Amino acid sequence: MTQTTIEIKNNEGLHARPASEFSKATMKYKSDIKVYKNGQEKAYNPKSILSIMSMGAVKGDVLRIEASGEDEAAAIEDLKTILESFNQ
Amino acid sequence: MEHLLGTGVSKGIAIGSVLVKKENSSDFLKKSITDVAYEWNRFLKAKEVGKQQLEVLVQQSREAIGEDEAQIFEAHILILEDEELANLIKIQIDNQKKNTEWAVHEAAEHFAVMLEGLEDAYLKERAHDIRDVAARLIRILSGADKQEIPVLEEPCIIVARDLMPGEMIHINKELVMGIITEAGAKTSHTAILAKAMGIPAIVGAEGILGKVKDHEIIVFDGEFGSIFICPEKNVLDQYKQKLESMNSQKKELEGFKDKASVTKDGIKVELFGNMASIAELPGLIENGAQGIGLFRTEFLYTTQASAPTEEEQFEIYKHTAEKLQGKTVIIRTLDIGGDKEIPYLGLDKEENPFLGCRGIRLCFDNIEIWKVQLRALLRASIYGDIKIMLPMISVMEEVRKAKEIICEVKAELKNSGIAYNEKLEIGIMIETPAAAVLADAMASEVDFFSIGTNDLIQYTLACDRMNPKISNLYSQFNPSVLRLIKHIIDTGHEYGIKVGMCGEAAGDARLIPLFVGMGLDEFSMNTSALLEAKKTVTQISKQEMSEVVPEILRLKTTNEIEKYLCNLA
Repeated sequence: MTQTTIEIKNNEGLHARPASEFSKATMKYKSDIKVYKNGQEKAYNPKSILSIMSMGAVKGDVLRIEASGEDEAAAIEDLKTILESFNQ
Repeated sequence: MEHLLGTGVSKGIAIGSVLVKKENSSDFLKKSITDVAYEWNRFLKAKEVGKQQLEVLVQQSREAIGEDEAQIFEAHILILEDEELANLIKIQIDNQKKNTEWAVHEAAEHFAVMLEGLEDAYLKERAHDIRDVAARLIRILSGADKQEIPVLEEPCIIVARDLMPGEMIHINKELVMGIITEAGAKTSHTAILAKAMGIPAIVGAEGILGKVKDHEIIVFDGEFGSIFICPEKNVLDQYKQKLESMNSQKKELEGFKDKASVTKDGIKVELFGNMASIAELPGLIENGAQGIGLFRTEFLYTTQASAPTEEEQFEIYKHTAEKLQGKTVIIRTLDIGGDKEIPYLGLDKEENPFLGCRGIRLCFDNIEIWKVQLRALLRASIYGDIKIMLPMISVMEEVRKAKEIICEVKAELKNSGIAYNEKLEIGIMIETPAAAVLADAMASEVDFFSIGTNDLIQYTLACDRMNPKISNLYSQFNPSVLRLIKHIIDTGHEYGIKVGMCGEAAGDARLIPLFVGMGLDEFSMNTSALLEAKKTVTQISKQEMSEVVPEILRLKTTNEIEKYLCNLA
């Protein structure tokens, strides 16, 4: 399992276009990917746009992304870059 | 007779018999099943059909209405194919032994309710989209998807709780005389689509469903939101008369569609259209717009939760240029200020937003966002005659800085081997008294002027047009304003550049003769003003008008000028 954490820094949070871009990016990977918000137990499925939207991540929230599977390292690296690009 | 008030969102009078649209998403059969594999298969098939329907809708709305509307359906496809939604439906079928319709309904409600519970207004609204997708699936499953609106045989006024975009696009424009919904606000999908389709509409008419039945006569005014159910004879007659006079006026004006906009003494006058969304393009072209004098791009920014991407904008500008087939398209770059709420820009609340960081000032402050727009504009410039217009210019430094930035963007494109129109013209809005007074300096460094009368009046008279206490001050007949306009036109011509106008005054039939006399080259206005403007132009002589200009400009008060011009008409 590979994981990373990242803080959401942009004003609009993770919704609309960023959410669907993030979601689409996760679909490229075979690994099982989960997202946790602010250390909570509930796991969200980033391959589902509805799951990501219902997470309702806003500015200041800290997300932990976990991936397990053959392409887990690449997935985590890619997803971190994408989330960071929203923060700029 | 009963009177009701809603929010008028699409202008026009409608008189007709009511057709109540029933809610179809709720009337499905709930039953327990045993063959779970069969039910799951039904879902998979319905999903496939739903996807095909939505793909057609994306295509249709992109062609007939606009990119914004097409994106609504693209988002629906994403929801339809959602992994978690499918998982939840499978659980409902496998474990709860619910039939597919029921399972779809339950799963969609689960997500819709969750989104409704969030703080964010944008996400809250997505609950609507999920329910729309679920309703589509249920219609397909129960075989009720053949017609989304009941088959219409005679003209009617549709009354509904709400209309989904998927239903709106199937409305037969010939038979639907008006739309009234209980839900919705000025910016709802129903409002935007009705306006684009030219159907009178009222939204937010609370309680109307409890008050009307099919075939009852109803009268409403889509501009002011007034509704009369089973109207008394005098009310009905009054509205019939209003409708008739509107229709005969419309008919007379329609005769001008194919006429040239040439004055009696043979001078051509350019009549252009103003637009905010590509939904307005078909109407503008149909009404004979000879170009676009003002494409307000703000709408692209205010209707979304994040800034539009370069690609998105490029497609919209390219589409507009192509539809105009080589005619001029003047695109004004982002023009907003602190009076607007755009979360992703993080605009500060200002004491005086109209004297604050707005227009070009705001673009300089958000240079990266502005550059994205410029790149999109430059890339689209090879598909037609696109020109860039800069808003809210007040000093020369702004013109120079803006041109420098445009040069930088051009250089970036060139380095990446991306084509753009090298001769692309850059012009400015003249809407501050400062720019008007300095018109000679400005004219020597830009390719064209466009007079923005709304702001020019407001800034010249130091008068907020929205403040009812001083609304008598705000007037497009004001002599100071008209003298400034004359100065701008003369100075522009002295330097050999074109001068247009894109404020409301440009579409005012009482002022058009005066501006023709002053030599204004191009008038840009809303679709609804185009035909009347053409009628006015064909009835005057430029020579005669130019002779009376000095006389009019010697008048000292707004009243005297207004009277003089009204007597001319």
